[in-house]
Amino acid sequence: MSTFATNLTVDELKAQADRLFSRKRLVNFGLPALVLVYLVYVFFAFDVPGLAARANWENGKTLVSDSYSYKTHIERDNRTGEVSAAIEGERKGAYPEGQAPDWVTLGETTVIDLEDGHVVRFGPETVEYDIPGYGTVRATPSRSAGVQAELPAGDVPEWINVSKNRLAIKTDAGRLTVTRNRSEVFRYFTGWELFWFTLDSPYYGKSFPELAGRAASGEAGTIFNDFWTNKMWRHQDVAWAIFETILMAFLGTLGAAMVALPLAFLATRNFNPMKSIRFATRRVFDFVRGVDALIWTVVLARAFGPGPLTGALAILVTDTGTFGKIFSEALENVDQKQIEGVQSTGANAPQRYRFGVIPQVTPVLLSQLLYFLESNTRSATVIGAITGGGIGLLLTQAIITQKDWEEVAYYIILIILMVMLMDWFSGWLRKRLIQGEAGKKRKPRDAARKTFLLP
Amino acid sequence: MTDLTAGSPTVDQIRDDYTAMTRRKRVYGGILLILFVAVMASGFRVADDRNAGSFRDGWTRIFDYPAEVLAEAWEKIGALPENLAKFFPALIETLNIAAASTLIGAIAGTFLALMSTRGMALWPALIPLFRRIADVCRAVPEIVIALVLIFILGGGPVPAMIAIAIHTAGALGKLFSEVNENASLKPVEGLQSVGANWSQRMYLGVIPQAGPNYVSYALLRFEINIRASAILGFVGAGGLGYELRNAMSWGQGRYDEAAAIFLLLFVTIVVVDQLSGVLRDRLTHGSEKGASV
Repeated sequence: MSTFATNLTVDELKAQADRLFSRKRLVNFGLPALVLVYLVYVFFAFDVPGLAARANWENGKTLVSDSYSYKTHIERDNRTGEVSAAIEGERKGAYPEGQAPDWVTLGETTVIDLEDGHVVRFGPETVEYDIPGYGTVRATPSRSAGVQAELPAGDVPEWINVSKNRLAIKTDAGRLTVTRNRSEVFRYFTGWELFWFTLDSPYYGKSFPELAGRAASGEAGTIFNDFWTNKMWRHQDVAWAIFETILMAFLGTLGAAMVALPLAFLATRNFNPMKSIRFATRRVFDFVRGVDALIWTVVLARAFGPGPLTGALAILVTDTGTFGKIFSEALENVDQKQIEGVQSTGANAPQRYRFGVIPQVTPVLLSQLLYFLESNTRSATVIGAITGGGIGLLLTQAIITQKDWEEVAYYIILIILMVMLMDWFSGWLRKRLIQGEAGKKRKPRDAARKTFLLP
Repeated sequence: MTDLTAGSPTVDQIRDDYTAMTRRKRVYGGILLILFVAVMASGFRVADDRNAGSFRDGWTRIFDYPAEVLAEAWEKIGALPENLAKFFPALIETLNIAAASTLIGAIAGTFLALMSTRGMALWPALIPLFRRIADVCRAVPEIVIALVLIFILGGGPVPAMIAIAIHTAGALGKLFSEVNENASLKPVEGLQSVGANWSQRMYLGVIPQAGPNYVSYALLRFEINIRASAILGFVGAGGLGYELRNAMSWGQGRYDEAAAIFLLLFVTIVVVDQLSGVLRDRLTHGSEKGASV
């Protein structure tokens, strides 16, 4: 205010205001333009146009459709004439011999009803497929002559693929593949089949009231056991994996806090008068933090092998640096008067720390700890994927198979629920433990003062 | 005063009550402490049992690998500048992934935050929806999206960028909406009274108030995202992490490269930490000073 000289004319003032406006305008438009330029640069640096061409959209489609649906394979061995049925074509999901889903009629000629008029017949010699609106396709596989296909007259549509040794038909109702050795029908259904019980369990296909009734009559243990040891969905392993991941986060976070707290005292100006030790401790914190969790994970995995302990230690080491820094800052801000007050009653050094310092820093420490607990649950998933432990490992394994997308979807949902649960739990605990925050609305936190919190 | 003294406890009683209370508190505290120690110890035991190697055998070997790497790197110290130059493009890629995802995430996060703050939302009825969206975005670990996208898009920086951007949008969305809640609504109302539309109200009324805090949080996020992009590289998404995995899978003989990558990553993280710390300090405190003068 004092800078305004009184002898400025109106024109000069106007010119000043104009300059200010144009500068503001420049910033207002220049900044977004700068961001845009950078994003364009990244667009080309990452070769996004090339990527769009390379991307495998077919993979994406299978991924999405497979994550909420399953297919049942009906397969005939053309040499022996044996017909078998299996969910997802896996041994674990196979129907017992001589049994099949109710839309399949086993016999001399196996009739597979794909609904909407689509019917496939596995005859003794010939495989027939009635396609409404097109006609009947016949194929006779033989070991000597390959697959002889007879199609209705006219051009071969693009959803039928015929060659000397193979016939493949893809319709909305299902798929038929005939080769010399095998005839196979896939039928697609929505849902996660066998999620509760596999086919070898007596409880497969039972309705919920019936199960509840049986559980009430003393079969609850067996029912749970059949569910728990489900070979398709491996509920037991998944539950253990989730537990391992949370364990990693828990041990890592609390262990880091326990290691960091005493060290933090060494890094403060008011508790440690020795400058050299203070400096050294701070550099140790910086170093441990700077060597990223990735590097710690790699190094520790060499020493301890894959598993939850490695993950927990990696989190512990990384967070020791972070906590050390946060805690020492909190300790430097403590009120000296309380310590003096405690001292005036004749307290010795440990008592001074216990009653003068700790109560002051506990809220800060706890709230940081709980923030990190939630964030570390996520880190533990990632670290598990690298070292091999917990739900991260299961997820990578399921993705590597490139076909168990329903399991991938299941794990993703579980991970999201787990993180949200931890988020809720840490928030709830924070409110309970730090009474000041419970009643009144939280005070606005200054972004600069939150040194490096990982929200 | 009314009859407070009648029937009031004697000093002895007060002392007894107080001692009893203290003792009870101490017992509770002790029980909690014992419980905590037990949980930690048994948790450690379980983790140790389920691990491939045990802690007792492993802890002496912690520094074996770094020592091996450093020894080999020291032998080939002459190759260090060359290796640093070789992996510099990968470092740039890692930084680009972090920067681009922070930018995109910040833009999306701003939108989410504005949409989920009372008084600013374009559709107030949808506030809970946008909050849930931000929560879900925040809860998804980057690696989940990255792995799925790598399957569809193939390896490279783009899956990592998208994955980190989604998580960043959720995380920043929450922090930004906290900032928004403390912003004054008066400029917004003023702009509305002169007929500004929603985007004008937000751009001219809210962003200038919340801007410095937004940038400060975004810088914080940038630090975190550098680490995240290095980690995602390790599962196949380009950048330094990818090179590190390659160098490591070669094993001995390529440790000089691994050491160079470690060094690059370490220096980058420390430098960015320091820089953004200084910048954030100037942003929040500098602006306060500017406002008060």
